[in-house]
Amino acid sequence: MAKFILNGEPMSADVESDTPLLWVIRDELEMTGTKFGCGIGTCGACTVHVGGRATRSCITPVSSVEGAEITTIEGLAEKDDHPLQISWKKIQVPQCGYCQSGQIMQAAALLKDIPNPSDRDIDAVMGGNLCRCMTYIRIRDAIHEAANTIKERNDE
Amino acid sequence: MLKRIAIGIGGVLLVGLGLFSLYAWNSSIDPVTSSPNKAYSPEVIAQGKMLASAGYCSTCHTPPGGEEYAGNYEMHTEFGTIYSSNITPDVKTGIGSWSEEAFMRAMRTGVSRDGHHLLPAFPYEHFNKMTDQDINAIYAYIMTSIPAVEQAKKENGIPFPLNIRALQAGWKLLFADTDPFVENKDKSEQWNRGAYLAEGVTHCGACHTPRNALGGEKYDQMYQGAAIDGWIAPSLTSTSTSPIPWRAQDFYEYLTTGNSPYHGSAAGPMAPVMHKGLSALPNSDIEAISVYFATENGTDPSIDPSTSDNLKSAIAAQHEQADLRIDEGARLYATTCQACHYSSETIVKGRPLITLGSSTHLDKPTNLVNIMLDGVRSDQGLHGVVMPGFREALSDQDIASIAAYLRQAAGEESWPDLLEQVGEIRNQPRFAH
Repeated sequence: MAKFILNGEPMSADVESDTPLLWVIRDELEMTGTKFGCGIGTCGACTVHVGGRATRSCITPVSSVEGAEITTIEGLAEKDDHPLQISWKKIQVPQCGYCQSGQIMQAAALLKDIPNPSDRDIDAVMGGNLCRCMTYIRIRDAIHEAANTIKERNDE
Repeated sequence: MLKRIAIGIGGVLLVGLGLFSLYAWNSSIDPVTSSPNKAYSPEVIAQGKMLASAGYCSTCHTPPGGEEYAGNYEMHTEFGTIYSSNITPDVKTGIGSWSEEAFMRAMRTGVSRDGHHLLPAFPYEHFNKMTDQDINAIYAYIMTSIPAVEQAKKENGIPFPLNIRALQAGWKLLFADTDPFVENKDKSEQWNRGAYLAEGVTHCGACHTPRNALGGEKYDQMYQGAAIDGWIAPSLTSTSTSPIPWRAQDFYEYLTTGNSPYHGSAAGPMAPVMHKGLSALPNSDIEAISVYFATENGTDPSIDPSTSDNLKSAIAAQHEQADLRIDEGARLYATTCQACHYSSETIVKGRPLITLGSSTHLDKPTNLVNIMLDGVRSDQGLHGVVMPGFREALSDQDIASIAAYLRQAAGEESWPDLLEQVGEIRNQPRFAH
C-alpha cells in the first residue's frame, strides 16, 4: 500500500511498490492533468512536485515517495490562477497543449528557486521539458511575465 | 637431527595452538530465565532507546519489511554473505536469556553469551568505547521495549576455514582496538563528546575508515574513506577531495537535514544512519560530532563557501554550455539533469551543483553512478524530496557519458574505464537501505 499526500489530501493506493507514480496519479487516482510522454524521464510531460521540487513522475517508483507531499497541476493553485497559469492563457502559450502541465509545473519550481530568471536560467532549467509544437519562445515569455506578476504582488 | 628439529617445531606449534585455544576460548555465561532481571527507570530506558537509535542497530538487525531487531538482514562481504542476529528479547532465538553481563561482554569484546566469537561485521570494537552506563541503557531498552520475535538466524555463507569462529580471536588480537575511550585533555569538552559518540555508538569509522585485506580497520588512516556496501564512504579528514571544505556547520546541516548544499546528500548506507539513527540525538550531540569532524578535517572555520573560488568557478562553468551537438554527455545532462541541478548565481538548497558534489570528486565513480541508477528516495537525502533513478531509462553508455561530462566540467581527470565501471556498478549486489 503506497501512502502519500496528494494536493494536500492523504492518499493511498493498493499498487506494487515499483509502480511509477505517474500511473498511480492517472490510473488509480484518476487525475489526468499530468501527461505520459517518453516514459524515461527525459521529456518533462509528467512533471509534478514532490516536496516542492519538480520531479519526473514517469520514472519515480511510488515506493520512493512514501509519505511525501506531491502536487500535480490540479493542485498548483486553488482556482487555477497561479501567475503562470494566468500568463499562459494571456500569451496563449499552448498549441496542442500536451506538454503544458509539465511545463507549468517545472516553471513553477523554477520561479520558487530563481524568482527573477534570465533567459539563460530559463533555458537551463526548462531544457528538459520538450514541446513538439516549438512554443519555446512563448513559454519563455510567459515565465518572464509570471515572474513580474509575482514580484509585483510581493511588492504590494 | 632433522627429526629433532621437526619434533621441536611441532612441539612449539602444538603449544602455540594450545595457548591460542585457551586465549580464544570464552566461557558461556549462564542464561537468565526471568527477563528483565532488573527494574529499569524510564529515564534509563529512554536513554537506551536514543542510543540504540544513534547506533542505528535496526539498520543491520532488521531486514527490509521484517520485524524490528529480529535479524537476518543480508550483508554481502568479501568473505561471504552474513546474516545479522536476532537481538529481540526472544529466549529461544534472540537475546532473551542474556544477562546484563553477557550483553556487556558482547558489546565490548564481540563474544556471544554462549562463548562463541561474533563476526566483526558487528562493530563491537566501537561499542567498546561506550561507558558501562550507556551499554546497560541499550540493554534495558531492548529487554523492556522491543517485542520478542521468534526467528532463527539463517546460516552465514562464509566458506571454510574462514567460518571457524576461534579464528576470530586471532583477528581481534591483531586488528581490534580494545582500548576504552580516553578523553583528550587538550581538546574541548564538546570535541570530546563528539569523539566519544563518533568513535563509539555511532561507529562512523566502521564505514569511513579503510580496512586491511582481512577486514581490520586501519587505525592509522582513521576516517580517510573506504568502500562499503557498494558505495564509497568518503574521507572525513583533510584527505577529503571535496572542493569546498567541510566546516562544523556543514557537517551539522548535513547530519540534521540529510543534505549539505555545497557537498551533497546522505544517500545509500548513509541515509538510514542519518534519518533513522543520528536524528534521535539531541542537537547538542550532533553539534559535538560536527565539531569533532571539522577538527579532524582541519577546516578553517572562518572560510565562507559562498565566496570561495571553487564555488564561483562551478557556478560559472554551468553557464559555459558545451556544444550539445557533439558532446553527448552535455546533451544528456542538459535534458535529464539540469532542470534540478542548476543554480543561477548562488547555490539553492535542493538544487545541488553536481560539479561541486563529493561524489564527482572521489577517485571512483561509484557514488555518482549509484545515484544516477537508483536515485534518492523521500526517506533519504533531503526528507520528502525525491530524485528518480535512471536505471531503466539510461544505458551504461548514457550514464558513462554524463559522468564523463561532469567529471570534466568539475576540472577532474577522467575516470579510467568508465563504461566498464558503470556496467559493474549496475550489476553489483544491491543492499536494502
